[in-house]
Amino acid sequence: MNQAEKEQYLREYNILKSQGKPFFPYAVAKDSIMAVFVLVVIIVLSIILGAELGPKADPTTTTYVPRPEWYFFFLFEVLRVVKPPALTPFATIGVPTIAMILLFLLPFYDRSPERRPERRPIATTAGILTIAAMAYLTFLGASAGSPNQVDLKAPKDLHGTALAQFNAGKLVVGQSGCLACHKIGENGNDGPGPELTHVARDVPQNAIAQTLRNPTAPMPSFKRLATQQPQKFKALVFFLGQLK
Amino acid sequence: MRLLPPIPDRLKPAPKRPGTAAPQKPLELVQEAGISAVDWIDERTSLSGGLRWLLFRKVPKGTNWFYTLGSATLFAFLSQAVTGVFLAMYYRPDVAGGAYESVRYITNYAFLGEFVRGMHKWGSSVMVILVFLHMARTFFFGAYKYPRELNWVIGVTLLILTMVMSFTGYLLPFDQRAYWATIVGVNINGTGPLIGPYLSDFLRAGPEFGATTLSRFYAIHMLLVPGLIAALVGAHLYLVAKLGTTAPPWLKAEHKEPELEAKAKA
Repeated sequence: MNQAEKEQYLREYNILKSQGKPFFPYAVAKDSIMAVFVLVVIIVLSIILGAELGPKADPTTTTYVPRPEWYFFFLFEVLRVVKPPALTPFATIGVPTIAMILLFLLPFYDRSPERRPERRPIATTAGILTIAAMAYLTFLGASAGSPNQVDLKAPKDLHGTALAQFNAGKLVVGQSGCLACHKIGENGNDGPGPELTHVARDVPQNAIAQTLRNPTAPMPSFKRLATQQPQKFKALVFFLGQLK
Repeated sequence: MRLLPPIPDRLKPAPKRPGTAAPQKPLELVQEAGISAVDWIDERTSLSGGLRWLLFRKVPKGTNWFYTLGSATLFAFLSQAVTGVFLAMYYRPDVAGGAYESVRYITNYAFLGEFVRGMHKWGSSVMVILVFLHMARTFFFGAYKYPRELNWVIGVTLLILTMVMSFTGYLLPFDQRAYWATIVGVNINGTGPLIGPYLSDFLRAGPEFGATTLSRFYAIHMLLVPGLIAALVGAHLYLVAKLGTTAPPWLKAEHKEPELEAKAKA
């Protein structure tokens, strides 16, 4: 907007404002009705849905799949859409940071004087597409399954203690919420983490243990499990080491 | 004081009827006392001018229900503040089990505890939705344009602070879901460029999730960020009052000049 357009806007606005009504009581009345409506919605939500409290936090196992509050789903889903591990930082921080900077600087790069949405096709389209993308990603995040069970069959050559170890490890995987980010066989979400169905083909068992202790973010570390319940940790590593 | 907006006629006190004597009825005495108390405060603060500027400023005609989304967001924030104060009366930020036990006490034993906790929990969802709706209205109506650019920037900061509130609040019940979601969330922060790892260390109060992590989240959630939000909301509202509520973009000012010209010709 140049100086003339700015002055033109202020002139028009002052006329419109002088033709308006005083804030009190007209706008205040509308705001109050809206406030009552908001309060009623919150109270009804509280009565119907309540406030559940899950099992106590336990750093050694995650019987709960790590899931954020629903309005963070769209951010979490960006992780899942971007597959290659090299691009993970781009998805976790890059995309949200760029979006935030674009949002902050909006009034500084959109400088046209036009305000009617139908005469600002680029801005309006971009806005609608952003909302649609966020809604779609939130929907994906909400409908993503969170199974806590692996249906994988044990390899035929496993017998006795090895077989028991394999099944114990399978249980730990189910309890630890790995499937929230990894696909194993038919179960789990394909991403943000890599698929683990054949993980032992490329990665030796001790490297798997190393990764579990010191993973690349955002994966949580299993160091605590390794020190506090070494049996479970050993089973977990053994199980993953058999996935060929 | 010509700059101050006029008081609407209906709110002006009626002039005294001629011939009535000095106030005698109790009601009139009380009214008189109220007026002199307000005068006493106003003589020392000069608040009435500011209040008149705030309340009787004009709002352009054509403003519709979309224009109540901002104040609705503020109201949701106030609701969060009130319910949060009651929750803080019972909550203990203690990793060793005190935190979970105190939330369990609130949920199962405290009078109306689950109701207040539910209001706080679902109030956060309502507030986030209202923030986004308010932003969408501002965006599609082009209300962020001159002269309101700075108010848009403050608003985006408030959006981020609201997200920080919900992120830090999510850990506080200290159940499994809260714990693991926060671990992953903090790890995601750690992948950020430059400040990412430092931010994660700051949030965790160290390289690992430890005894003071929870109290740190609690302090951020109930002292730091609410203070920032309150201050920025004040600035946001001041600018709204100063610059005026935007008119709907479809509204065109009726120019009186052509009529006047026509009259002058006749």
